[in-house]
Amino acid sequence: MTRRVRSALWALWLAGTAGLTVYLGLTMTKGEGAQVFLPGTTSHGHYQIETKCHVCHTPMLGVKQEACLKCHAAELEAANDAHPTKKFTDPRNADRIAALDARLCVTCHREHVPDLTRPIGVTMPVDYCFSCHANIGDERPSHVGLAFQTCGTAGCHNFHDNRALYEDFLVQHAAEPDLAESPVTPLRDFARRDLQEHLDRQRHLTVAAHNGPRHRRYDPQLLAEWADTAHARAGINCLDCHSDTATGQTWVEHPTHAMCATCHRVETDDFLGGHHGMRLAQELSPMTPAQARIPMKPDVAHRQLTCTACHSAHAFDTRNAAVEACMTIHDDAHTRAYVHALQYRQGQQEVAGTATAGTGVSCATCHLPREVHRKGGTQWISVQHNQNDNLRPNDKMIRSVCRHCHGLRFSIDALADPALVGNNFRGQASHHIASIDWALQRVKTEQPKAREEK
Amino acid sequence: MKAPWLYISLRICGAIACSILLLGCKQGASEAAGIPPQKMADALHAVVEADRIVYTRNVVNRLTIDEKVIKASEHWQDDQALPLPAQMFRMGAEMVTEKNVGFTYSLLSLWPVNKQNKAKTKLEQEGLKFVADHPEKNFYGEEKLGNTMYYTAVYPDKAVAPACIECHNNHKDTPRKDFKLGDVMGGVVIRIPVR
Repeated sequence: MTRRVRSALWALWLAGTAGLTVYLGLTMTKGEGAQVFLPGTTSHGHYQIETKCHVCHTPMLGVKQEACLKCHAAELEAANDAHPTKKFTDPRNADRIAALDARLCVTCHREHVPDLTRPIGVTMPVDYCFSCHANIGDERPSHVGLAFQTCGTAGCHNFHDNRALYEDFLVQHAAEPDLAESPVTPLRDFARRDLQEHLDRQRHLTVAAHNGPRHRRYDPQLLAEWADTAHARAGINCLDCHSDTATGQTWVEHPTHAMCATCHRVETDDFLGGHHGMRLAQELSPMTPAQARIPMKPDVAHRQLTCTACHSAHAFDTRNAAVEACMTIHDDAHTRAYVHALQYRQGQQEVAGTATAGTGVSCATCHLPREVHRKGGTQWISVQHNQNDNLRPNDKMIRSVCRHCHGLRFSIDALADPALVGNNFRGQASHHIASIDWALQRVKTEQPKAREEK
Repeated sequence: MKAPWLYISLRICGAIACSILLLGCKQGASEAAGIPPQKMADALHAVVEADRIVYTRNVVNRLTIDEKVIKASEHWQDDQALPLPAQMFRMGAEMVTEKNVGFTYSLLSLWPVNKQNKAKTKLEQEGLKFVADHPEKNFYGEEKLGNTMYYTAVYPDKAVAPACIECHNNHKDTPRKDFKLGDVMGGVVIRIPVR
């Protein structure tokens, strides 16, 4: 090989290396292009934001524990987390940490390992409970001989959220009938609260009272839709949404979720925390059905998921948002079965005004539940807009949803039956979960004195 | 220089002497300025014990037994009740642990209602047994947990109000049902990492 050839090869290698470096560098900083760096398929929970490497990773590709907590700490606290980090940082648990370091989320929830990833993004072998609870049979004779993988898969325990599964709760609600005497969900009260907070605002606006710039032309249909909304009744006029005092823009053609958050802060934050809004939360383009990993209808594949995707702009019909908005897009068995279920007919009756308010069951009744809050001696109700908040493990729904209408025993059994969930609860649970029975039995044998006193 | 080896030897000896002197000064200063682990643990326990007794007597016992205006419950959020004294203690201990300020503490027992609070380490077992047998004395020792050596102090935790014994003697998970007022029911364990 001549010297000239060798020099040319060196130059070619250097140029190639430099070119590749520039390409990869630009790719890493250009949003979606960062996919070339992914070490493996990202889990269902995080794939939407997988190109934002720095959100979860340190510059040296470590995982930031605080990144997990930034998105999940509030829900863990609300769930009264049964295994919080603080329980494991006591030095007396050094041996437990050596077996299973529960101080770090990634011990159980590793990313980019699809072959190891099970539901809820769990990557630990299914016997992880045995690391600390192998001798549970000593305390609970009912648990002697139970298979090691059944702690979290038999409808009995969750690692984090056991608010509807702890023993005393089971005992307290054991005798509830399958269907409550007066099954009703809490009624939304945002309008009432808004009225109390803005007593000076002119209300019940009409089309003639709209305050959009006079030089613009408006679709009469849109104006009519607005005039028929809770917005118009509450005195929310065009410029309240279509102008931005922060930036000085006198007219914003397409207000974003940030504008909605001006009045609906809690709802917007919840929306950004779930699969519908998590891309927006990371300043990526909105989620579309085409990006989903669960079945969606192909004709709406590219519809962008913003607030107005469900709450169509100007009409803001919450009844539409609670059913039709979901069914227009989702195409899984559970959704398709809804129109054949009793719940659907109940929902239609409520919308038609032939049933009592709060007795209908829409998609939103279970997946965007109405939550009761109490603070400072007052009580209010908000709609949880993070549909993932109570989705998995599904017995998280028991307290926020099921118990409005159903007994605890019925709810546990129903949610533990995948076929029943799939057909949208047409029929009865095929299997009974024994947890309530065991809890009652233990109270009966262990606490005769307390029962006699009652 | 005619005798560089002598000069070099003097420099080395001087350096060693200064190092020894400085090291000695540093250790001396450290010992003089530092607080012995036992004194530190005793001081921390005084605060923890006082808060615990005040909450048990003046809040829980007064409101649940004397005045009967509210219940105390293990599920205090669901039951809209007062947290139990042991829970109050644990919540504070966990908050301190999260701050990582150089010590931890916990409430353990040879007869725990919550089995997570039974003695785990050999020193815990020894210490809890000692304070149960010697209610007026504390127990001190050192133990290695993980890769760290801890100074561990165990203090007797006594039944200071009727609420303590009423709850523990009647709980379905209690392994002992004959506690009386003044009995040692467990121990406060304080750990300070020393090496």
